[in-house]
Amino acid sequence: MLDDSRPIFLQIAELIENDIVGGVLEEESQVPSTNEFAGFYRINPATAAKGVNRLVDDGILYKKRGIGMFVAAGARSQLLAQRREDFYQEYVQPMTREARKLGISADQLTEMLHRTETTSDVTEGSVSP
Amino acid sequence: MNSQITPAVELRQVTKTYRDAKALDNVSLRLEGDRIYGLLGRNGAGKTTLMSVLTGQGFQSSGEALIFGQRAYENDDVLSRICFIRESQKYPDDFSAKQAFKSAALFFKNWDQAFAERLVEDFQLPPKRRIKKLSRGQLSAVGVIIGLASRADITFFDEPYLGLDAVARQIFYDRLVEDFAENPRTIILSSHLIDEVANLLEHVVLMDGGRIIMDDDADSIRGTAFTVAGNATSIQSFVAGREVLHRESLGSLASVTVQGRLSEVERAEAAELGLDLAPVSLQQLVVRKTMAATDTAAENDAEVGALK
Repeated sequence: MLDDSRPIFLQIAELIENDIVGGVLEEESQVPSTNEFAGFYRINPATAAKGVNRLVDDGILYKKRGIGMFVAAGARSQLLAQRREDFYQEYVQPMTREARKLGISADQLTEMLHRTETTSDVTEGSVSP
Repeated sequence: MNSQITPAVELRQVTKTYRDAKALDNVSLRLEGDRIYGLLGRNGAGKTTLMSVLTGQGFQSSGEALIFGQRAYENDDVLSRICFIRESQKYPDDFSAKQAFKSAALFFKNWDQAFAERLVEDFQLPPKRRIKKLSRGQLSAVGVIIGLASRADITFFDEPYLGLDAVARQIFYDRLVEDFAENPRTIILSSHLIDEVANLLEHVVLMDGGRIIMDDDADSIRGTAFTVAGNATSIQSFVAGREVLHRESLGSLASVTVQGRLSEVERAEAAELGLDLAPVSLQQLVVRKTMAATDTAAENDAEVGALK
């Protein structure tokens, strides 16, 4: 959901991106109109339009005149490439920082990563014994 | 957008004095049309005075207040294009809500009767009951319905929801967003319930002591302040050189609200220091800004007093 840390238009753009990355919005499928976004998230329609337009500028969405907004071909792989770069900064770095604080060595961290890989039921909130 | 276009609302150095108190102190403001504005500030900040002066219901002591480039007072061309819903809007007591809507329909050329009827159902308003028999919340609903269904080019809502419960307020926000999307126009919403309306606003004007202390796009404001909490000594070094809006401490712990954005490097630095960062909501920012402005004004007054 929306929070106060960043401009809302960026958050709207990100929510749409998430749906594309997650496969909810498929390439060449139509995305909801800006007014639908505004109504659903209860935000100013101009702000919703700004978020959508940003994705148009990035080549993630494209406009079909008089019909609406569609997911561009290749959008998913483009977003995945971006997201992988962000992953290091947003997840790996904070994780290693926290690990250092707790005295977890790089080897131990690697071992933990292997453990999560092999644990089949990696559900949120589950506590491993 | 063309900046040469006549703004929907324009104030040029407007001052309004009541006896020796300045309700508006040399206020200049320019609002483009077709946006939803939030007019925020404490009671007595000058919001209602500003709207009264603009709509020709009050007179400024000096300066110019214009709607679409014209003065509103006794100007039918302007008055038919604006709708001003006051906090305690008065209606003829013997009118029913239905009759109030009928009068509104005569006055506002864009009036949408079907929309008004739908809103009556949404708010579960008894349309035939006489206005003086309505509850406070129902009375507010009458105002909200007139404000929305008028579809006036500029609609002023001055704290329109006294007595409206949370559900009714949500209906108001939802209908406002939906209808604005279909029929873009200028909405100026004055509210104390900032968290509730924050996401609806495209632009925010914050008043304090008869002056405008913030005039910016809501999305530009978002993320311009943050609160950092943790060890007081670490915080001290982290916030050094920044504009502090607020400070609280408890023993060795401190929580400081600071103006400014954080870079990724600074975020990492805060994390290294073991400090927690939290965003500041528009409401919190308004509170902090207003209190900071009041402090500064008090200091200036003290200085002036010392010089006397």
